[in-house]
Amino acid sequence: MVRFEHVGLSYPAPGRRSAAAVLHDVSFRVPEGGFRWLLGTSGAGKTSLLRLMYLAIRPTEGRLSVLETDITSARRGMLANLRRRIGVVFQDFRLLPHLSAFDNVALPLRIAGRSEGQIRADVAEMLRWVGLAGKLESPPETLSGGEQQRVAIARAVITRPRLLLADEPTGNLDEAQAERLMRLLQELSRLGTTVVVATHNEALASRHGAPALRLEHGRLVP
Amino acid sequence: MAINAVASTHRFPIPRNPMLIRHPMGRSRLRPPGFDDLGLERALSDRLLPFLVAAMAFLAALAFGGFLAAAGLARHWQQGAEAAVTVQVPDPSAVAAGGGVAGTTRLGRVLALLRADPAVARAHALTAAELDALLRPWLGRDSGRLALPLPAVIAVSLARPTATLQRLGKSLREAAPGTLVESHGVWVRRLTVLAQSLQASAAIALLVVTAVAIAVVAVGTHAGLAASREAIEIVHVLGATDDYIAARFAARATRLAVLGGGAGALAALPVLLTLAGLAAPFGRLDTAAAGSGPAAGFPGTALPTLLWLALPLLPLGAAAIGYLTAQVTVRHWLRRLP
Ligand SMILES: Nc1ncnc2c1ncn2[C@@H]1O[C@H](COP(=O)(O)OP(=O)(O)O)[C@@H](O)[C@H]1O
Ligand SMILES: [Mg+2]
Repeated sequence: MVRFEHVGLSYPAPGRRSAAAVLHDVSFRVPEGGFRWLLGTSGAGKTSLLRLMYLAIRPTEGRLSVLETDITSARRGMLANLRRRIGVVFQDFRLLPHLSAFDNVALPLRIAGRSEGQIRADVAEMLRWVGLAGKLESPPETLSGGEQQRVAIARAVITRPRLLLADEPTGNLDEAQAERLMRLLQELSRLGTTVVVATHNEALASRHGAPALRLEHGRLVP
Repeated sequence: MAINAVASTHRFPIPRNPMLIRHPMGRSRLRPPGFDDLGLERALSDRLLPFLVAAMAFLAALAFGGFLAAAGLARHWQQGAEAAVTVQVPDPSAVAAGGGVAGTTRLGRVLALLRADPAVARAHALTAAELDALLRPWLGRDSGRLALPLPAVIAVSLARPTATLQRLGKSLREAAPGTLVESHGVWVRRLTVLAQSLQASAAIALLVVTAVAIAVVAVGTHAGLAASREAIEIVHVLGATDDYIAARFAARATRLAVLGGGAGALAALPVLLTLAGLAAPFGRLDTAAAGSGPAAGFPGTALPTLLWLALPLLPLGAAAIGYLTAQVTVRHWLRRLP
């Protein structure tokens, strides 16, 4: 499902000769339907590792395979198709500010060319489930941080992705909402979705026992 | 809290029944009209781009009008005046010197020679009234009363082109010294070269206007890409193809370009009609009396048919430029994303 083999990542550093290396020799596998915590302090490289998995960047070293596709050698045109089967909850939500909550959640379905009738029913139900039934038409700027995060979560799962990646998804949620989200993620994993959740919140991870990938200064540690 | 109440039932909408919920994969394009996911209504403003494209379309219409006018003039001059020659005989009523019928005037001698020449189809000495009409613009209404020693003017049509002109001039000067033979052919050639140069200039202007229009759309699209960069990156990571993103931009750019092209064509119409009206007398020297003012009748008939066909093509051309330029610009830009 996801396979890292000696993956290294450097961001191009304009003005400097040597690029800044962020990940070093990262190797691990996540099986279909697996659930993994991705732990590490701020700056350890969690977001960078997730960005590799949702194909926002390509590795600069090693081999990476996602959804049975070798990303290192895949043609650019194939990646868009893969991305549609990956759901992402971004650390900074990345909602489109000029679209309503409804249209933000509907966006991945429209990109995938689904029919509007289907979209209307699914999106409304999804937003009701995250407790935003009364805010379908609200633009993100009128929503609280927690509400925005719930819109971001709804957008990530609305397509029933095969791979779900969440970057600090509970950062703006209260305890009850966070627990509820964790149960959703584990339920999805049980039903076959592969899930990776990055967090610096060790307490949250220890409450929901699951294998963990631990990053320190860009390296996986046991 | 509602969210917890629902959660406690453990009823998640997503896994409810994955097999039943699976979306049809059909490519039903039912995007709601006006769903502006990239925020292009602001990123690709409807102010500047249509205005600039309208200016380009306006210039293109004028350039094309100029092209057709120059072509028409060249044709007219070539057809009308190729074989025309003017002969001026100074002191026409004096008795011709030398041989021939005694007592013949210099004008009579020259006319006789011309009419006997096989290269001459027609030779007509202008009457005093015709001469008066010809000179009136320069000498005023009373030219007849001016005590000017006017030469006689003979309009000659050559049956064959002007190879015989030198021989003719020589024999006419022998019969009546001082006689001038002037071929219009030289002027026609000069005017034709001038008209062709005007035509080439108009064609170049059209090309330049097209290039500037392409540049204007490209610059506008780049500004739009920069303004909506965040949104593009988001839809890209959500799985939008280059086709999808380029189509959004191309649709917007096409709409704005059509608007501009149409406005430019409409603005050019009254200008072209006025110019055509002014030019009409020169296009029909043979039929209408020279200087009789703008063409009579419906003013639209003054525009060449080709121009009537070209004006509606301006918004279409602008649309093509908008669509293609946006497509190429966006696709090129998107290659920076993985
Ligand atoms: N786009 C980028 N360009 C350059 N450096 C980056 C970029 N994104 C992150 N980094 C650097 O990579 C390192 C890891 O960052 P990140 O992956 O965001 O860690 P985490 O999510 O664990 O906090 C940090 O030192 C950060 O400064
Ligand atoms: Mg991070």
